[in-house]
Amino acid sequence: MGFLAVPLLGLLNQTPWGHLLAELTTPIALQALRLSLVCSLGAVAVSLLLGVPLAFVLARVEFPGRNFVRALTTLSMVLPPVVGGVALLLAFGRRGLVGRWLDEAFGITLPFTTAGAILAEAFVAMPFLVISTEAGLRAMDRRYEDAAATLGAGRWLTFRRVTLPLIAPSLGAGVALCWARALGEFGATITFAGNLPGVTQTMPLAVYIALETDLQAAIALSLVLLVVSLAVLISLRDRWFPTA
Amino acid sequence: MLRSRIRVAAALAVAALVLAACGGSDDNTSSGGSSASPAEIKVFAAASLTAAFTKIGEDFTAANGGTKVTLNFAGSQALATQIQQAAPADVFASADITNMDKVKDLAGPPQIFASNQLQIVVEKGNPKGVKGLDDLANPDLKVVLAAPDVPVGKYSQQALEKAGVTVKPVSQEQDVKAVVSKVLLGEADAGIVYTTDVAAGGDKVEGVDIPEDQNVVATYPIATVKASKAPDQAQAFMDYVLSDQGQQVLKSYGFGPPPTS
Repeated sequence: MGFLAVPLLGLLNQTPWGHLLAELTTPIALQALRLSLVCSLGAVAVSLLLGVPLAFVLARVEFPGRNFVRALTTLSMVLPPVVGGVALLLAFGRRGLVGRWLDEAFGITLPFTTAGAILAEAFVAMPFLVISTEAGLRAMDRRYEDAAATLGAGRWLTFRRVTLPLIAPSLGAGVALCWARALGEFGATITFAGNLPGVTQTMPLAVYIALETDLQAAIALSLVLLVVSLAVLISLRDRWFPTA
Repeated sequence: MLRSRIRVAAALAVAALVLAACGGSDDNTSSGGSSASPAEIKVFAAASLTAAFTKIGEDFTAANGGTKVTLNFAGSQALATQIQQAAPADVFASADITNMDKVKDLAGPPQIFASNQLQIVVEKGNPKGVKGLDDLANPDLKVVLAAPDVPVGKYSQQALEKAGVTVKPVSQEQDVKAVVSKVLLGEADAGIVYTTDVAAGGDKVEGVDIPEDQNVVATYPIATVKASKAPDQAQAFMDYVLSDQGQQVLKSYGFGPPPTS
């Protein structure tokens, strides 16, 4: 326990409480905060768009190789993020498998863009959403959906009014975890999207850069990330550690 | 079925990690026997010195009864921070004087041991037809520079100022090798690096010369770190870099001699 807590104490101990606000409102810190917000919310949006349908397929559709697909889905959770970044470069980079075609056909290049940073964060964070949502779908009682259908509700109406409310807690937890993971993403982002203030330099990158130039700013930004992580954990506490 | 396979894979992964950890601790115990003669020194060196110092390290080990040289390459600004945070360095070789100054209370008197110059790195064949610094202002060109705190980033900025060119880079990399690799991967069209890094980049990249009046001379200082547990070997390594043999190796990798001024 001490092993886990001491680093946090170290951070708190060195925090420049007196001028914390000043450190966090420097242009570079504000830029990083704003960009982190945009990128992490963007990553959550991408994850919802792609992840919820995927969770549905994994939970509801029987098909050969489903376990393999599920393993693949969670791969980026355990993959070292920098490896994810290299893989993204080889896929969506200007010379990449898909990226080459994107560049030629539409003139779209993702590396070094905010969209690229969002993509990198979504790549790493989406599994959290998929796993949580799939678990929610499996746990719910499908008879409610059947009942809705017998009462004449269409598929979309059933999804909106019956399924969604039933899986809302799992979906919410998934969104929170996905967002927290996206907010903290470093390795894939710096590898795939590079580092440019205001465009791809999110908070973790800013912490890393600031560490080499301005320790106080690095600590202040780290503290923000720590507080956010704690807030997410506390909000999910009842799901994970139910108080009997 | 799958689950059992995953379990086997996990067990293998854990075993591999344990083995790797054992290997690591063996190293530690052997170097922990401090007074034993085959000592070990840790040399923190600027990323641009990667190839040259790897060779110098091997030569030094051979010439000094097996004194092991462990090299840590990164942007000089990162190394300076590590030394400030009491990283166990014995020798520090920086690509600029600014970062050496940052640790001046922690290091012995520095000496300049090499110089370097800048070149524009482009893909082999120069597909975008880059002729000089002026061309880097072209907004259609994806240019990567090192971050302003990285020595080569600061030198690049000085050269661009001399040329009166404003460049909007697509990324600010953390060391010179990262700039080269972005060009090597084809993600960037051009970058500003040291001439030695263009040479080290292999046959997939080539350099575009920057004329003398726009170019900047990078000076490389080296110093021993005061907290070193092997100060004699650290001093010996520094002396070796400054010796004829060391200078010869640096020259063979394209470094210039210390500027005479």
